[in-house]
Amino acid sequence: MADLPDAGTCYELLARMALIRRFEEEAGRQYQRAKAGGFLHLGIGEEATIVGTTSVMRDEDYLIGTYRTHGHAIARGTDPKRVMAELFGRVDGTSGGRGGSMHIFDGENRFMGGYGIVGGNLPLAAGLALSSDYKGEDAVAVCMFGDGASNTGNFGETMNLAALWSLPILFLVENNLYGMGTSVERHSAQTDLAKKAEGYGIPGERVDGMDVLAVREGVAEGIRLAREERRPTVLEAFTYRYRGHSAADPEVYREREEVEEWRRKDPIEAFGRRCVDAGVLGEREVQEVRDKAEAAVAAAVEFADASPEPALDTLYENLYVLDNDAGWYAVDERSPEPHRGEHEEQMPEAARELAEAGAAYAGQPDGPRPNPAVHGDAELGVEPEVAEETEEPEPAEEGER
Amino acid sequence: MATLRMREALRDAMAEEMRRDEAVFVMGEDVGVFQGAFKVTEGLLEEFGERRVRDTPISENTIVGTGVGAAMGGLRPVVELMTVNFALLALDQIVNHAAAIPYMFNGQAQVPMVIRMPGGGGHQLGPTHSHSFEALFLQVPGLLVACPSTPADGKALLKAAIRDDNPVIFIEHESLYGNRGEVPEDGDEVLRFGEAAVRREGGDVTIVGILKMAHVAEEAARALANEHGVEAEVIDPRTLRPLDLDTILASVHKTNRAVIVEEGWPHGGVGANLAALITEQAFDHLDAPVQRVTGADVHMPYSRRLEQAAMPHEEHVVQAALAALEGSI
Repeated sequence: MADLPDAGTCYELLARMALIRRFEEEAGRQYQRAKAGGFLHLGIGEEATIVGTTSVMRDEDYLIGTYRTHGHAIARGTDPKRVMAELFGRVDGTSGGRGGSMHIFDGENRFMGGYGIVGGNLPLAAGLALSSDYKGEDAVAVCMFGDGASNTGNFGETMNLAALWSLPILFLVENNLYGMGTSVERHSAQTDLAKKAEGYGIPGERVDGMDVLAVREGVAEGIRLAREERRPTVLEAFTYRYRGHSAADPEVYREREEVEEWRRKDPIEAFGRRCVDAGVLGEREVQEVRDKAEAAVAAAVEFADASPEPALDTLYENLYVLDNDAGWYAVDERSPEPHRGEHEEQMPEAARELAEAGAAYAGQPDGPRPNPAVHGDAELGVEPEVAEETEEPEPAEEGER
Repeated sequence: MATLRMREALRDAMAEEMRRDEAVFVMGEDVGVFQGAFKVTEGLLEEFGERRVRDTPISENTIVGTGVGAAMGGLRPVVELMTVNFALLALDQIVNHAAAIPYMFNGQAQVPMVIRMPGGGGHQLGPTHSHSFEALFLQVPGLLVACPSTPADGKALLKAAIRDDNPVIFIEHESLYGNRGEVPEDGDEVLRFGEAAVRREGGDVTIVGILKMAHVAEEAARALANEHGVEAEVIDPRTLRPLDLDTILASVHKTNRAVIVEEGWPHGGVGANLAALITEQAFDHLDAPVQRVTGADVHMPYSRRLEQAAMPHEEHVVQAALAALEGSI
């Protein structure tokens, strides 16, 4: 077992994990209240893998992840307020409400994004590592992905390229035992995922992803190999998500007892207890960590709630980088207005009207989500059914990727 | 002015931009030691070395994705996909990442990369190696799409594409690589995207053609003049996104008739899109339905006779123009 680091580091690790836990619990609650929409993938249970990793990264290192990365951004230093605002789809969100839960991004803190396509982030990580290498910089890329992504073509392609080009990269498999609802045994012929890239010349190690110190040790070594020896490696962290794959997961594929068993290994409880038992932290500090997380998340919800909805005339913003040598870009061909050539950088009136008519279907800002099934027509004498304020959208799980 | 082949003009564009900007580098299958499957990157490895001219494994999705990541990291990659056909393997990275990232991260990340790919039929390469996918890329917001037909345009557009901060799909035509043309010798010519070229002026019918079909359109215009007394105006849009619709509409205002020529499939094609735009925005100026000349709605057959039967030719363009003019000549 890894030795405890100094008290300050222990406090910071515990605080960061507690903050992510509390944030995710609250995100789930806000989803139930329909404040957040779409899909919601929570990382509850995986905090040690996340925080253990980021705690040994340098500021200039790149972190890139999946669609389950609220915690990764927060661990990297993103203000939880901005992550919550993104879940709420508001202008102060990390992507101004463009990305949502699956697409958190914070370039300033070198959190290079959450991505909705399983395995899609692996080549991007190779590119980030290449950019660092090309410029002669020290930064390494840490690429986190799930067990399911190890079956994609990108996995094999990227492992080969990373080894071939000696890219400074650490591939970190967050093995939570299920690719959505399919267990590792049922989705991967090679269940020892640390070995899966060996044929490409990339060795791997396994680590207890519920032990923040073990993760730190493993990641620190992987980063050292990447930075100093230009050797890409795989680290497989065994972890577990207590909640379903997404908020719309009936969890028919696993037993309640299994979840309970993993909960007993809770990374935050275990680490807090160890710190107290060793006398590195006091009970009061552990309580303080919880209180601070509670306050930060309450503030995040308040902030997100107060943040405005994106203005409709920003619909086309940042689709293209303008003012380049290449010229101008038409914003929308739906418009029946006369073609306006170079002036199409601004949203034409007809496009604005189309946007406004469309946005009306979203209901009033901040209001309950519209549900056509419960909208009655008073004139026809049809009584509207009672709309539950807490009604949860039930997105189909298919097609999520 | 120098007389260069298309492949040389494109090579010069890359070489000049690589000399100008250290962040520009080239990667793709066989672009280095082999000098490019179509010899477009000839000499680049020798001048710029392995760091900046990178041979890649055959891994299209990862090559493009690595380019996207490198662009996010501050470089300006020029990725060569050996042919348009293999771009299908990279569509996820092109659509979900290259095109979407600037928008979905609200401008925090840019993807200044060029993805070059030659395509088109006519070489008896059969169903999997003869595609024309201009329309496929044209459909995706966030991408710029260039489709040059002359060496001068190829060079000037590629230089602009490399300097631009947006992801550019740069479609070349395999049959045009050997074509010679006048190219400004030492000028730092950059062609703005969204500026069509009027290749031939005429008042009777507007013919719009892209890539190899820009040349076929010109040949058809000559035949129309010589054999039918019809003066066609020929327009090469040069880029499809942005599209210089103004020049096309101005021509339709004058001729009241339009024919669009492309090699790709008819359904949802470049011509279908342009016909809709012309109909929406110049309906009152049209004296006849917009005519489309496209490849046949089949997978490209191998047999030389069947292949030629499936491709658009000068005769098809002439017939389409005459159909648009029916009753008026």
